[in-house]
Amino acid sequence: MSGKTKTTKTESVPGGFLVLGFHVPVRRASAAAASSPAFAPNAFIRIGQDETVTLAVNKSEMGQGVFTALPMLICEELEADWGKVQVASASSMAKDYRHTSWGVQGTGGSSSVASEWDRLRRVGAAAREMLVSAAAATFAADRSECRAENGAVIHVPTGRRLTYGQLVEKASEMEPPKNVALKQPKDFKLIGKPTHRLDTPEKTDGSALFGLDVSIPGMLTALIARSPVFGGKLKSFNAQKAKALPGVVDAFEIPSGVAVIADSFWSARKGRDALELTWDEGEGGKLSTDALREQYAQLARTPGTVARQDGNAAEAFAKAAKQLSAEYDVPYLAHAPMEPLNCVVDLRDESCEIWTGTQAQTMDQRRAAAITGLKPDQVKINTMYLGGGFGRRGSKTSDFVSEAAHVARALRKPVKVMWTREDDIRGGYYRPLWHDRIEAGLDASGHPVAWRHTIVGQSILVGSRYEASMVEGGIDETSVEGAADLPYSIPNIQVELHTPSLPVTTLWWRSVGHSHTAFVVESFLDELAHAAGRDPFEFRRALLGSAPRHLKVLELAAEKAGWGEALPAGRGRGIAVHKSFDSYVAQVAEVSVADGKVKVHRVVCAVDCGMTVNPDTVAAQMESGIVFGLSAALYGAITLKDGRVEQSNFKNYPILRMGEMPEVQVHIVPSREEPSGIGEPGVPPIAPAVANAVFMATGVRIRRLPINAEVLKKP
Amino acid sequence: MAGNLVTINFSVNRRNYTVDVAADTPLLWVLRERLGLTGTKYGCGIAQCGACTVLVDGAAIRSCVTPVSSVVGKEITTIEGLSADRSHPLQKAWIDEDVPQCGYCQSGQIMAAAALLARKKEPSDADIDAAMSGILCRCGTYQRIRRAIHRAAAISGKGGTT
Repeated sequence: MSGKTKTTKTESVPGGFLVLGFHVPVRRASAAAASSPAFAPNAFIRIGQDETVTLAVNKSEMGQGVFTALPMLICEELEADWGKVQVASASSMAKDYRHTSWGVQGTGGSSSVASEWDRLRRVGAAAREMLVSAAAATFAADRSECRAENGAVIHVPTGRRLTYGQLVEKASEMEPPKNVALKQPKDFKLIGKPTHRLDTPEKTDGSALFGLDVSIPGMLTALIARSPVFGGKLKSFNAQKAKALPGVVDAFEIPSGVAVIADSFWSARKGRDALELTWDEGEGGKLSTDALREQYAQLARTPGTVARQDGNAAEAFAKAAKQLSAEYDVPYLAHAPMEPLNCVVDLRDESCEIWTGTQAQTMDQRRAAAITGLKPDQVKINTMYLGGGFGRRGSKTSDFVSEAAHVARALRKPVKVMWTREDDIRGGYYRPLWHDRIEAGLDASGHPVAWRHTIVGQSILVGSRYEASMVEGGIDETSVEGAADLPYSIPNIQVELHTPSLPVTTLWWRSVGHSHTAFVVESFLDELAHAAGRDPFEFRRALLGSAPRHLKVLELAAEKAGWGEALPAGRGRGIAVHKSFDSYVAQVAEVSVADGKVKVHRVVCAVDCGMTVNPDTVAAQMESGIVFGLSAALYGAITLKDGRVEQSNFKNYPILRMGEMPEVQVHIVPSREEPSGIGEPGVPPIAPAVANAVFMATGVRIRRLPINAEVLKKP
Repeated sequence: MAGNLVTINFSVNRRNYTVDVAADTPLLWVLRERLGLTGTKYGCGIAQCGACTVLVDGAAIRSCVTPVSSVVGKEITTIEGLSADRSHPLQKAWIDEDVPQCGYCQSGQIMAAAALLARKKEPSDADIDAAMSGILCRCGTYQRIRRAIHRAAAISGKGGTT
């Protein structure tokens, strides 16, 4: 392990950029190559005399394809040979790697390509200009006669050619340009072309290293016994039996519980099982999901904080020719990434090195520094491959890194803190439980004239370090996203929010607020269409006059799905459209229902995410979002009884399996708009598309997720 | 640290190993922690997700619930032993179809598919459903896995060349 995570020295280069120690070379950038002379004009690019082009990626690769898409942005302008490109995971030590708008290093909000679109192309263009200048000087020719192409600079009049490797020394002497012109999209050679992922090969032979795979000399393994209820406090513990077991080294209290230290996972697990623990459960011990739903439903009938107000919805509703109302419930959800959480810490007197799969490097670095009594620049985070993230690895409290730092502080030996699957499923940081109440009025011609939507659920952001920047006037924007920005032309709209406070920890879960608002809005819109006696697709079309990008994906999905064509007996078709992370996605689902179970046969998806960088990744992320959303729609529920989480593992928190996989077709809207999100926007429309299809197939309206046998019963 | 240790002999990827270990230790942890073969993954610990799938005498098993004492004298194949150079038809097909996203489950997927192809040269979709439904993928790569298995079968049919 240590050989593969070797760090190169930090050095200053002209232009004031800091050249980073790249680490964890992904495509075999050897330590030897990294120490040989190189052209490294900024923190992202390193070109060696052996022609290798190593590009640092400042985003965490968790499956969404950033280790390919972001290098494509640099390479497009750099005019490097794509076949020579290697990727390195950026370390946490340089400010250059921070998010262009967050000010900290992190990956989330489906923002990687959108936020780096401009910067990384400029980074590539600046380096290319320096290489061209170096070549022109060598040719004793004018710059205008030289052209960079495919890893070399050519002197056009004479055909003379110098490779980037040959230009390493000379280019390093060049001044970085103040301004660079970027290519027009019509001149793109790489951007927009389906491109094989650079991380695929090592993900087929077991060599890709995830956090859980890290091993450092002298490392011990720790498991933590945490409170069985949310907010519980440790009263007392007895570790005598645990410590007597073979392989168990120590057991001690940390803020979140009791850490058991052992020579292996298996010893640690047996040791943890042998602990005797007493907890003060507090309020958390009384929580039950059924009671919460009732409380939320009552709250929903009282006025909340107004998140949007157009016209007078109450008055218009009272006067409407037809009035409809519905209530929706969606449960807490665990992210359940396939790789359970883990974190390796090597704490020394003057330094702390961490290996983990995180989406929040700078925040984790700061927390680890505070806990270990070091300065943030003494804490280095090595970002390993993430075995899925979905938001869980961008912890708003840095919980899994903090816990490991506490263990390391007490232990003073290298340690890997591991989570079992049960720890993960029961460990909180869930997508909040939501209850929505929604009312609408139609006029005599069936046109909606009033829309009142009341949302009840915990805020992810209130009380967190992000509250100041993301909560305004009592409205957590992530609680109402997808609802307050309702795109349909309805003259009177009111959206209100209630934010109850509970000890259950919550976190952003792939698509965040949209994961519930799309279900509620798109399901209820279907109910309105039905009440108006209109086709659900045509009904939406008529209301999307001022939302052209919504309309385009809606029409494309309907066309490709054969909307309106006959279906085999017993099948239903449902449609939904939703904007999230500045991208627009419509999906048409075809389902049948038998024996209290929904079978999804086919999903046709249309997406407009602006210009695409790697269209194959766009398709893959739509497929992925659909599966992720289907797992939640059909199975996902974390429930509480006497404060305890009733689920524990995949046997009672199921996710979609191969045999249940629908045929998924993805259609991308050609666009010249700036790129927008792709990792999350595939999730929101699938639950309502399926729910609406179930209605067409069975006549049963789905107002609660997951869609299980009970929900499928006719009222 | 003694106590309950037994000496176990077995073969992994055609190499013999002797390990002193608690007899009930799952094979998964011996592979990962003692032999450094981290391509085989931990996902659930109760044979629900298949991330830990390896071959024991050619059959796909869940190494997270297989006590190491039960594989004495057997031949184990992990993802690291499938080929020396990613030349196995499944690896080629996985690369061609760009199957992996996060990649964490893919060792288990490929090993389960290897067991399937070993007993069924041209698996149908139903065969694939039956053989692969035990291996979970949270990223939702199932559609590509299916395509890649068909592609690998085609590659194998042509004698291993694309």
